[in-house]
Amino acid sequence: MSVNNTITSYKQLEERSKITNLLLRWFLYFILILFAFYFIFPLYVMIVTSFKTMEEIRQGTLLTWPSQLNFESWAVAWGGRGYGAGDTFLRPYFWNSIKMVVPAVIFSTFIGAMTGYVLTKWRFKGDRWIFLFLLFGCFIPFQAILLPMARTLGVLGISNSILGLVVVHSIYGIPFTTLFFRNYYVSIPDELIKAARIDGAGFFKIFFKILLPISAPIIVVTVIWQFTQIWNDFLFGATFSFGKAAPIQVALNNMVLSSTSVKEYNVDMASSIIAGFPTLIVYVLAGKYFIRGLTSGAVKG
Amino acid sequence: MIALKIQDLSKNFGSTEVLKKINVEIEEGNFLVLLGPSGCGKSTLLNIIAGLETIDEGEVFIDDYNVSKVEPKDRNIAMVFQSYALYPSMNVKENITFGLKQSKTPKDKIEEQLKKISSFLKVNELLNRKPSQLSGGQRQRVAIGRALVREPRIFLFDEPLSNLDAKLRVEMRREIKILHQKLKTTVVYVTHDQTEAMSLGTKIAIMNHGVIQQSDTPKNIYNKPQNVFVADFIGSPPMNLTEGKLTKEGNNFYFVPNEANETNKIPLKNYDFVKPINENNKEVLFGIRPEHIFHKKTNENDFEVKMKSELNEYIGHEQIVTFNYFNQEILGKFSSTIEMGTNKEVNLYFDLTQVSLFDKNTSQRI
Amino acid sequence: MFKWLEKNLPKIVLAPSVGLISWFVYGFILWTLYISFTNSKILPKYELWGVGQYVKLWGLRKWHIAVDNLLIFTVLFLAICIVIGVVLAIFLDQKIRAEGVLRTIYLYPMALSFIVTGTAWKWILNPTLGIQKLFIDMGFENFTFDWLVNREMAIYTIVIAGVWQSSGFVMALFLAGLRSIDDEIVKAAKIDGAGLFTVYWKILIPMMRPVFFTSFVILVHISIKSYDLIVALTQGGPGISTTMPALFMTQTAFHKSQVGLSAASAMMMFMAVAAVIIPYLYSELRRENVS
Repeated sequence: MSVNNTITSYKQLEERSKITNLLLRWFLYFILILFAFYFIFPLYVMIVTSFKTMEEIRQGTLLTWPSQLNFESWAVAWGGRGYGAGDTFLRPYFWNSIKMVVPAVIFSTFIGAMTGYVLTKWRFKGDRWIFLFLLFGCFIPFQAILLPMARTLGVLGISNSILGLVVVHSIYGIPFTTLFFRNYYVSIPDELIKAARIDGAGFFKIFFKILLPISAPIIVVTVIWQFTQIWNDFLFGATFSFGKAAPIQVALNNMVLSSTSVKEYNVDMASSIIAGFPTLIVYVLAGKYFIRGLTSGAVKG
Repeated sequence: MIALKIQDLSKNFGSTEVLKKINVEIEEGNFLVLLGPSGCGKSTLLNIIAGLETIDEGEVFIDDYNVSKVEPKDRNIAMVFQSYALYPSMNVKENITFGLKQSKTPKDKIEEQLKKISSFLKVNELLNRKPSQLSGGQRQRVAIGRALVREPRIFLFDEPLSNLDAKLRVEMRREIKILHQKLKTTVVYVTHDQTEAMSLGTKIAIMNHGVIQQSDTPKNIYNKPQNVFVADFIGSPPMNLTEGKLTKEGNNFYFVPNEANETNKIPLKNYDFVKPINENNKEVLFGIRPEHIFHKKTNENDFEVKMKSELNEYIGHEQIVTFNYFNQEILGKFSSTIEMGTNKEVNLYFDLTQVSLFDKNTSQRI
Repeated sequence: MFKWLEKNLPKIVLAPSVGLISWFVYGFILWTLYISFTNSKILPKYELWGVGQYVKLWGLRKWHIAVDNLLIFTVLFLAICIVIGVVLAIFLDQKIRAEGVLRTIYLYPMALSFIVTGTAWKWILNPTLGIQKLFIDMGFENFTFDWLVNREMAIYTIVIAGVWQSSGFVMALFLAGLRSIDDEIVKAAKIDGAGLFTVYWKILIPMMRPVFFTSFVILVHISIKSYDLIVALTQGGPGISTTMPALFMTQTAFHKSQVGLSAASAMMMFMAVAAVIIPYLYSELRRENVS
């Protein structure tokens, strides 16, 4: 191998890698942006459609920009048309959902925190089995408990009420919240608890004064997860609650299906955006925690 | 022949300068150790040599060819990593031969190389195992095998021993030394462990804050540290650095510790100054290693001092005693058979052929 | 007494959640199982009737359609979600500018409910004013896209919407997995001369086996449970062509008032999920024990 040869081959190698790299990067960005369009497309369609009049919808296509920002369908979706029977609109159901989500999230998060605390910091024989026992609840198809739950709510006299839904969501949230807190507390050194015990702190004091103050990240993850799950739930809502006590997803579905003679796509889209708005906002503002909940809920079983 | 040359190399991560105008050269067949505390830039420098990091300024030459922009695989180098970085989904054989397969080496040549390497490193028995089924030492060996098999011009080691336990580390250190003696390949080796550096390197480059503090043979690094950082970094316990003044009487220089009077001056007539000094009463640091303080006079240059022992740390074969020397701490290292006691005045002897002097303001050797 | 209380406090605190789950999960599943062996109609009856409901279930054309649909949906949903998720994760792993924005875009459907997703896609896919009109107006005059009202094709519209909603999630899982790999492995491979493609194909993707496994389990789980999306998108139609087991179960219970049959279908779903979940939990637990 002569010296000259080596130098030119190094040069060639340099050139070649530059070109392939450049091509590769272009390809990469092309694919990534293509998929970004695929994912953003429905949201775009929803938004533009919600601002169009029905006339515009019939004339234009999915992509055409509205001629002007027409808030009428939003007003209809939120507050109705103002005539009596058959006028469904989302406002009351939106508040139903809020009334359902807030207590259910608080209750299930609190129970999960306590359970996670006991399972990691007050270990006893068989605690792993208890954890597994609870964890299995994350995975059951809810169809398997739907029938007895309906009966139970009936017996308790809280079927078709928001209270009933609060109870259902609180209970079936426990496995998830326990999982989150347990995995978080496992990573907190036991020395911390030992030190506190030597200093004379008891069971509750350790939890409230030592663990809870450092649990902010996992509380955020859990609250966001539970909020999203419960807000987006349809199965429980549709099964246990209808009419006036329905949560927003059920109301949205009813609205879309029960549209009278003409389909009003603009109102449907405005309603969809309203129903998806709270979780979307949470996602945009606290995406990091949302993703952490998704992945930890999945990866660490 | 110069196997590797680094010229005016600088590297920034964002606004932090990791490497500042680095210049190093290494002769073919030598063993260069990059030594320094964590975050000093030594691993970055190694990654740059490997082509795994880009260069902001300066050049890297391998065998006189500028390889600054050449891909890692075309640089004719091999690297052993701290975490071994064995491919978990491949067995030992596949791990070792992966690089050869990538370069489309003929099958029989691959087999031949594999045989040679695996018997050389005594991993014949392990060829079908997955990395997860190997012990730390075995993983280390496979990682070295993966590097050897490519017969590179330069070997790069990135803290290869730091994941091993103390006993195995000493063993593998010897093996790497034997390997180098046999193969005589050029090696660049990164570590933060001075014992490793001293025992392996034919040349050591001590780095701190992205600057090479001193690049020299292990002997010179130990005996003639270029600055306070090197003096303090090498040796355990490190060199004692006593503050005081350098006085001149006629042609002779003396060191007077702070808080001491003229009668306690230490004569420096055998000291080899870097360049002539004209200043009188210069503020300096007087450096002497704990192992160069003796309990009795052994040669005529030894200088007698009286100090009070304050603390005695017994560590088996030796003891480390802390003395008060005009209200400055001085540590001495003695055989544990000597009775030193605590809170006792003792007569000790400084070996004046082994001292270093540093300018207190610039921290450089004078 | 006080001593006993103090000593058992942790277990007392644990009791409510264990009690609730025992009753509302395990107890209810057993109840459903029991009912599936009775001849319950509108109201539950408690005398045993044997496996009659299961025989009846597997004799129903609608149930067979539901199971077939589930298989088609699961296979496609799984395959497409994983391919898209893996590709996006690998591409995003290349020090991409605006990675954060892209990731947000890929994952936001996961924050929406299936009802919202279904409603949106129903509008997009509707044959008169939706995507078909878009293409016709663009000049493709003979373009037809009527899957939503086509018995043969309607099930694929559910796949499209499901993939849209869930592939970002797979992307997030894989990206997290890729990011957790020691980057010295990638460096070693580069020095060994492996190109980008080889690095992923031969080294990193084989290392992602646990993530594949997890994605598989989660996606199968989602698909067996899928109910909302079908309700919003097709309501099982046209006709009963897009019925799936979850929809079958609620319809049978609450519209047809055949509680026993419905319980049998619920138990079939439960067993399908258990067949996937139990090995998964077992392996996860074993992995935790090892580490």
